[in-house]
Amino acid sequence: MTATVTAPAAREGTGRRAFDKKAVVPWLFLAPGLLLALVFKFWPMAKGIWLSFFDVRPFLGDKWIGLENYGRVLTDHRFQDAIGHTLILGIGQSVGAILLGFALALLLEGQARSLKFLRTAVFLPAVTATAVVGELWRLMYYPTSDGLLNSGLHFFGLGTVQFLDNPDIALYSTMVMGIWIWAPYNMVIFLAGLAGVDRSLYEAAAMDGVSLWQRLRHVTLPAIRPALMIVLTLATIRGLRVFTEVYVLTGGGPAGSTDVWMTRAYTLGFTRNDIGGASAASVVLLCVTLLLTVLVNNLRKRGEAR
Amino acid sequence: MSAPVIDPVRPAAPDTPAGRTTKAQRTTPARFDTAVGWNDRPGLAWALRILLCLIALAVFAAPFLTIFSGAFTTNPSGSSLSFLPHDSTLLNFRVAGERGIWDYLGNSLVIAGGGLLLQLVVCTLAAYALARHRFRGQALIMMLFMMTLMLPEEVIAIPLSLVLGDVPVVHLDLKGTVWGVILPLGAWGFSVMMLTEFMRDIPAEIEEAARLDGVGELRMLWQIILPLCKPALGVAGVLGFIMIWDQYLLPLIASKDPTDYTVTVALSILRTDPEVGSGVVLAGAVIALIPSLIVYLLLQRSLVTGIAAGATKG
Repeated sequence: MTATVTAPAAREGTGRRAFDKKAVVPWLFLAPGLLLALVFKFWPMAKGIWLSFFDVRPFLGDKWIGLENYGRVLTDHRFQDAIGHTLILGIGQSVGAILLGFALALLLEGQARSLKFLRTAVFLPAVTATAVVGELWRLMYYPTSDGLLNSGLHFFGLGTVQFLDNPDIALYSTMVMGIWIWAPYNMVIFLAGLAGVDRSLYEAAAMDGVSLWQRLRHVTLPAIRPALMIVLTLATIRGLRVFTEVYVLTGGGPAGSTDVWMTRAYTLGFTRNDIGGASAASVVLLCVTLLLTVLVNNLRKRGEAR
Repeated sequence: MSAPVIDPVRPAAPDTPAGRTTKAQRTTPARFDTAVGWNDRPGLAWALRILLCLIALAVFAAPFLTIFSGAFTTNPSGSSLSFLPHDSTLLNFRVAGERGIWDYLGNSLVIAGGGLLLQLVVCTLAAYALARHRFRGQALIMMLFMMTLMLPEEVIAIPLSLVLGDVPVVHLDLKGTVWGVILPLGAWGFSVMMLTEFMRDIPAEIEEAARLDGVGELRMLWQIILPLCKPALGVAGVLGFIMIWDQYLLPLIASKDPTDYTVTVALSILRTDPEVGSGVVLAGAVIALIPSLIVYLLLQRSLVTGIAAGATKG
């Protein structure tokens, strides 16, 4: 109440009254958060953009080289490969996790106690630290015939697969792990969406004698559109900046076959000490992320307006 | 503005035509309770659902059993891996202990505890200002906090590592200290937004009555607002813990040498150590897994609610 009284006074900016004690209060509460965000988020971002225009040389002083870092990064064939891998991994992982998450939500929707238990168990991959998940999958992908997945393949009469050591397969092995991590997460969002669907619509649809497929297509899907959009937004951002999954599972190998944009930038910055090039690569990723976020958000708003 | 919090565990109370259907659902799950129309009567669909549920369980939960069984098996590799250990032993944990796994766990616990405390305090303060005050630039501040979500550690890793080595203005070297991990986690846009939405729904009358009694700002937050926010704080706490425990790149770039690593990052040291087998790595994985598992199992309901709330509000 008091805050609304002081707000117009502050807007007029009449000398001392602008420094009214009440007007300062919200800023005191915001200060810690803003300070931390400024120092550890926005300052590094600005610094990254700044450094991307320099040849960073410790002890010799940085040299302004304009867009050279960007040119170097974008023409580097390992970065070009990494773009492809990031896109394949990001899109494959997102689509897979969305479809599987939706299927899981349809399967595990309901109020029975056993279903609650199942949902708790199925959600485990999403709460487990990615590094632990990486160790788990490295073991399941054990490349000899007595590895967990390989012995399963043997059971079906299939040969041994070098999941992580074969450059043709490693990227897809990583994708499967990504789907495994994110499908349960998407499931929860879809479950929330499904819970909000008007049950009488199902009843009406059943009276009209529509098939299960038609009911899902014309009743369920339109109703959970908001949930779908959120899942899509999250997947877009996640897909591009994928790092930990790849880093802990394959480290980018074998022979760079699973190198994604961020593992490449990490190697450039921390192993080869090319701070300028790595910064340029990060700025490119940042721009693409922002662009995609805005795009997906516009799509979402348009969908809501309709 | 704010959508209702939907608990997927207890679906759609407001949307069902009151009375009849709700009561019917409680006794025998109605056919239109779910999108697919599962029912409890034994039959082909019922059998199919059970089969699919078993597959889901095998795919998503059973692999965790291999971590535990492997950790308690003498030298697990390939064929000796199973869902249950054949010859249980604690040797792996002893070897992992010799490699300093408990120190890494200590680092992790300090970072998770301190980071979560800082995060909750910082985000609660910010949310209080955003939800219960009106001031110039409010929309801009909200946008800044939202942007922190779009600036994950991965994207700013290289410059952040430089900043951690030499914090601007004060010129502190945070590398090798737990502060290097804790401080960057302080302002988490997700918590700020979720708490703001929740605090906005608290009726103004409560606040006005307290103001008439001469309650100051800090007491207002501590004694009036916070007790009403307990569910939201729970959600922020669980999600924050899981998020901090999952950090990988940040502890990696904030460390000076491997002794500063968290337990999740330290798994890579165990793995590349030629003298230890996969059993020791799995013992480390178990140790890294258990704290998040405990938090999840204790508070999974509020976690699920929180993801749903974050989703419907996002």
